Amino acid sequence: MSTRDTQALPHRAQWFSWPRFMAVLIKEFIQMRRDRLTFAMIVGVPILQLILFGFAINTDPKSLPTAVVVSDPSMFARSLVRGIENTAYFRVMRETTDEAEADLLLKHGEVQFVVVVPVDFSRKLLRGDQPVVMVAADASDPSATGNAIAALNQLAGQVLARDLQGSSAVLQPRAAPFELRIQRRYNPEGVTSYNIVPGLLGTILTMTMIMMTAFAMTRERERGTMENLLATPVRPLEVMAGKIVPYVIVGYLQVALILLAARFLFKVPMVGSVVLLSLALVVYIAANLAVGFTFSTLARNQLQAMQMTFFFFLPSILLSGFMFPFAGMPQWAQYVGSVFPLTHFLRIVRGILLKGNGALEILPHLWPIGVFLLVAAAIALVRYRETLD
Amino acid sequence: MNHAGEDGAAVIDVRGLTKSFAGRKVVDDFAIRVERGQIYGFLGPNGSGKTTTIRMLCGLLTPDAGAGHCLGFDIIREAPAIKREVGYMTQRFSLYEDLSIAENLEFIARMYGVPQRRSAVDGTLERLGLTARREQLAGTLSGGWKQRLALAACMLHTPRLLLLDEPTAGVDPKARREFWDQIHQLAADGLTVLVSTHYMDEAERCHALAYLAYGRLMVNGSAADVVAHSGLSTWAVSGPDGALAMHQLAQALRGAPGVQMVVPFGTTLHVSGDDAEALEAALAPYRARDGLTWTRTEPSLEDVFIGLMNRAQDNYS
Repeated sequence: MSTRDTQALPHRAQWFSWPRFMAVLIKEFIQMRRDRLTFAMIVGVPILQLILFGFAINTDPKSLPTAVVVSDPSMFARSLVRGIENTAYFRVMRETTDEAEADLLLKHGEVQFVVVVPVDFSRKLLRGDQPVVMVAADASDPSATGNAIAALNQLAGQVLARDLQGSSAVLQPRAAPFELRIQRRYNPEGVTSYNIVPGLLGTILTMTMIMMTAFAMTRERERGTMENLLATPVRPLEVMAGKIVPYVIVGYLQVALILLAARFLFKVPMVGSVVLLSLALVVYIAANLAVGFTFSTLARNQLQAMQMTFFFFLPSILLSGFMFPFAGMPQWAQYVGSVFPLTHFLRIVRGILLKGNGALEILPHLWPIGVFLLVAAAIALVRYRETLD
Repeated sequence: MNHAGEDGAAVIDVRGLTKSFAGRKVVDDFAIRVERGQIYGFLGPNGSGKTTTIRMLCGLLTPDAGAGHCLGFDIIREAPAIKREVGYMTQRFSLYEDLSIAENLEFIARMYGVPQRRSAVDGTLERLGLTARREQLAGTLSGGWKQRLALAACMLHTPRLLLLDEPTAGVDPKARREFWDQIHQLAADGLTVLVSTHYMDEAERCHALAYLAYGRLMVNGSAADVVAHSGLSTWAVSGPDGALAMHQLAQALRGAPGVQMVVPFGTTLHVSGDDAEALEAALAPYRARDGLTWTRTEPSLEDVFIGLMNRAQDNYS
């Protein structure tokens, strides 16, 4: 027993040792460098997704295919059709007098709208009878047709203004009792990519960060190196930090790529401070890595780790406000959405880049991510087993 | 003498170790005492609990029951301290295959805080004769070289106790002999070694043996003790003419009352049984046969172990 007494001091369990942390860190860096596929993913995924989604996603679609049924060959009807085309939302693919044919086109999805100008359009118009122009829209995709329909509503009041002159001037619509003046702030042209590209920053980080760390422990387990790792004196915090820190650096590499692309490829305005954004990113990246590490302590193999990643990732993008407006969700869904770091990070990144928010404005969105980080890290450390049991 | 306090005290001293997986007892009430500088052999059929026992000794598994000390540390409460002074060589190669030989050694050296890391790694590479291949990925090494690298890695931090789990499985005889010479050299310097093996010649090179079957310690002691206390009587019979006659004799003897084992060794048969008188009675009809030479002999270690295994099967299956 004298051995234990005299050596008690140097043998007290140490929670963190710098050399052991460095051992894990260096090993992870070497393995990352050797793993070509992972490395390609680190650089390739952000660029690919950014170009794909940044250019492809448009929530304000224009030039939608339209069929027009005109049975009244009058000047007024022609003006109306031209007016519809001039909104830029509609592209008239077919002009016909046969309503059945137009309906068939709509049914087959060849056109998204059918505009029917009735036979007695000009007659009723001149009589002041308010003719009915029917617009049938394929509303199976509401987000595709919504803005176009809104544009049509405005059209009714304006399109015939020029034609109704002289004796028919009395038919001019009267001025509205008040004027609505709408300002589109922070993104006056309503460019989708201004919204999507900063959002992609958060989405790409969530996906790659969680996935890469989710494999951290499962890979050791599957390759059989876990036994050797656990046989060394390494402590949980050293393993966790040693496996997470390399990916923080990877995360920043991705951020730099995305921000450069946002600035020069998509010309996204950057009103706020990039330094402030970088600081907020530390918390966000760490939170995602902690989730990934937690998954890797729960999963038995890499397939399970992958499944857990997607289990987390899908609700993240669907409920965070990245894809669909957050405010449009029912209350309970908003509560669920508020759990995900992406939800809060989207507000931060859009706030800083588009609105020029400062530290004070982003703080209410930053602390929920911090809480999330602490909880995830605590679960990971509790779940981490120093034995093979 | 750094560890003066340990002289006389056992390096490993555990009692009542028990471990179950999914309700099945893998190790049952295991006790062992290993003195400093001893080479202790762990034998037993596959699945007998050798690996589980070794893992409990170095803190990789927590025993369900039992207590004891390893290197003076409590195996349950002081596992981290044990890990620092134990070199554990796993049954399966468990170094990083995507790290080079040198990188693996450096990783281990950093983990254990080996002083003068660079020279320690270089020295090890030199001794292994791998200096020229230091940049080669560990995954590309042959089985024998992997085993040598793994052994070198677990000795890099000059542990006081080596736990080796089937270190020579699949290694050629020359490399095995070199390995055992090295182990004896280290033991002479005061290192304690616990090694599991399936090879009888290796078992005979150990100072002491423990035989496990179905999670239970069947017997322990030196090879000579184990044989002497086996209670097994063995006769060797050899015949001059061809293998066929011996084969027929073996067939006839198998299943005879009092005969437990009939094992051919070339042209010789070893016939063994627990009860010396019953065995002799069973052999009597064959003793007079022409051309057969009967001699009473010591049972081999293998006879003893296979006898133990058969007995364990009767008791626990």
